[in-house]
Amino acid sequence: MSKAMSLISELAYAGQRPKDSILKAMNETGKKSVGCFPIYTPEELIYAAEMLPVGMWGGQTVGTLADRYLQGFCCSIMKANTEQALLGQYDFLSAVIVTAYCDTLKCMIENWKIASPQLNLIPMVYPQNRKIPAGKEYLRDEFLRVKKELERISGKKITDQEIQKSVDLYDEYRRTMQEFSDLVKDYPDMLKAKTRHLILKASYFMDKRIYTEKVRELILELSKLPRENAFGRKKIILSGLIAEPDGILDIMTENGMVVVADDLAHGARQFRTIAPDTGDGLNRMVERVAMQDGCAFLYDEKKTRAAMLIQMKEKYQADAVIVCQMKFCDPEEFDYPIIKKELEGAGIPSLYIEIEQQMDSLEQLRTRIQSFSEMLA
Amino acid sequence: MEHQKTSKQLLGELLDKHYADALHAKAEGKPVAWSTSIAPQELLETMGIHAVYPENHAAAIGARKHAQEFINHSEGKGYSVDICSYARVNLAYMDIQQCEAANIPLPDLIFCCNNICNTVIKWYENIAKELNVPMILFDPPFNHEYEISDQNVKYIKAQILHAITRLEEITGQKFDYDRFREVMKISSETSRWWKKASLLACAKPSPLNGFELFNYMAIIVCMRGTKEGLELFKLWHDELQEKKEKGVGPWKDGEEKYRVMWDGIACWPYLGDTYKVLKKYGINMVTSTYPDSWYIVYDENDLDGMARAYSSNYVNRNLAFGTDNIIGIVKDFQLDGIIYHSNRSCKLMDFRQFEVQRKVEASTGVSSVIFDGDQTDPRAFSLAQFETRIQALVEMMEAKKRMGGAFYE
Ligand code: SF4
Ligand code: SF4
Repeated sequence: MSKAMSLISELAYAGQRPKDSILKAMNETGKKSVGCFPIYTPEELIYAAEMLPVGMWGGQTVGTLADRYLQGFCCSIMKANTEQALLGQYDFLSAVIVTAYCDTLKCMIENWKIASPQLNLIPMVYPQNRKIPAGKEYLRDEFLRVKKELERISGKKITDQEIQKSVDLYDEYRRTMQEFSDLVKDYPDMLKAKTRHLILKASYFMDKRIYTEKVRELILELSKLPRENAFGRKKIILSGLIAEPDGILDIMTENGMVVVADDLAHGARQFRTIAPDTGDGLNRMVERVAMQDGCAFLYDEKKTRAAMLIQMKEKYQADAVIVCQMKFCDPEEFDYPIIKKELEGAGIPSLYIEIEQQMDSLEQLRTRIQSFSEMLA
Repeated sequence: MEHQKTSKQLLGELLDKHYADALHAKAEGKPVAWSTSIAPQELLETMGIHAVYPENHAAAIGARKHAQEFINHSEGKGYSVDICSYARVNLAYMDIQQCEAANIPLPDLIFCCNNICNTVIKWYENIAKELNVPMILFDPPFNHEYEISDQNVKYIKAQILHAITRLEEITGQKFDYDRFREVMKISSETSRWWKKASLLACAKPSPLNGFELFNYMAIIVCMRGTKEGLELFKLWHDELQEKKEKGVGPWKDGEEKYRVMWDGIACWPYLGDTYKVLKKYGINMVTSTYPDSWYIVYDENDLDGMARAYSSNYVNRNLAFGTDNIIGIVKDFQLDGIIYHSNRSCKLMDFRQFEVQRKVEASTGVSSVIFDGDQTDPRAFSLAQFETRIQALVEMMEAKKRMGGAFYE
């Protein structure tokens, strides 16, 4: 196996086994871990506190425990998270940060305080008016509050310098991910849609420094290899919250599709905006949030997401956009009609698929993806 | 001699006037805003910008049984059946612009306050985008702590000041702080009388048939900052006070046997049907979470107080507060039961309901049921299921009465 292939399988494996990977990372680094709810959390602060930020984006768990708190029309990610919390599967975490981007998340904060008090919940609100001075000040205050909580939990003071260093590391991680993501179009066989997804996913369960180094190495190894023949593949941009169940990605591959870029909350939205180099670490974090646009969870008066997708289509010479709509995720559901209209206006083909994280049959989606692919041919 | 109008007559007239004035303003080239229901309307009123309220308008469309055609239109544009039905109705109205129930002019400005939910951010963003009009967003952060923190107040207050600057830019007019003070005063006064009137339903029997709250709510939303609004609630209060003194109950042709609270929004397309089912069993809905939602009270010229007040409504508060709030209502209104509306539209209200129900029951012993419905989507409600739930509630309330009532007594 080539060096590139072994790195790929190592990372994909880590993405496939969240809990094992986290426990392994905790073991190797001797660090505690802090759970991070979607969509964005101040991971930089957790890292500066010498703990591991780990992602909590649902999972495959289905059950009935969560029914005690949630009606059937709650998104599958939060049902899975709640189910797992009630099963005690998160008890190894030292704390959990829950943010309030949507109405469902506001309720999660409240239910979890009661359902899983042992998890040391840290509720947090990102301001929606994030571009005006008052919003920036508010976000800084929120970061400071969370910082204090993290200090309490870790028993360690977080210095300004540590935050700066952590933000630098996250910059490096984000740049690396952008580079990696851009490579996929040249290596569509090694980086099939699902593999790509699992490699990105691994970032949520590993120490960010180690993860970034590995991806750097992978980029280097790939650059030594000749480009793969991508002829005849359909270049796809994914948009939405998360491309799971990942079986849909296999279906895309089977139908000759390659994911050349994404606008997924779980994917590129985590790394497409880099912190500017102004002021202290906290200030850089605040400014980064202010800069990020085109996201369903951050107020955007100009609603630039569709325009951004159109630009991405140009940049990556993509053939189509596939919108992965997590059922019951209303912020994303509200964006779709506008995206649809603008993509249609620009003559860009798009496919809308509604998914639930634990859906048992993908047959209907298979048919739709297949006919979409035929249409693109 | 002119006959004194009843508050009900006045209510109808004021609502007609509210819609007519908006259309008139638009025709004269004056700016019109679309606003969420618990937004600092004081700023618009001060600037003389006519506001209309899509939630109220959508409710009116629903109550007049016109919602389905609008919902179909939105779903045809790609809006999911799972999003708030007010949004689905309104986003279609934006295109169709015609409904027998009531008409509103298109906005020149979007005025959005997410203290009721984050859904409105998305909904109003889309209007602003589609109509290419400016949007002002107030973002009172969700209060996961029991009280409203100073940090939140500081941020909201700064947003009020920012909004004033933006309104000045958009209209090219100076903001009149004297007029603002006056409007602040009227708005708080109106809120006080709204609550004072609705509290008269604490009397046994209640002089108020609580479904009327749903009607009067239109004015506390749309005309809170006006003298006419204030006068209406004073009049309504006096009428109820008189009934209370005479010991008159909610209905001429029936006796109040049970007193319940309705949690959540009405099912507008089935307003009459749900009312009849309750009345059939002698159930008077004496209150809901509405009286407090528009109790937006602060001292004149106190921007901190105003900021705090706009973050105080219960949906923006944590679960412990929401629970205590309902426990207080159970006691104050001497409730026999609670009807929780699991409203397919409103995730923020729904996803805390189960736990609130358990906590309220544990603390007060009050009987309760949850039914599935929707505020405006007629497809998400079944009258038969509703009646079955109500029968179950009656049985529980009866059993409890036989055992000597709820714990609070
Ligand atoms: S509704 Fe969407 S953003 Fe909110 S918790 Fe569910 S998946 Fe996440
Ligand atoms: S019904 Fe709920 S989701 Fe819809 S606008 Fe009102 S508060 Fe928001």
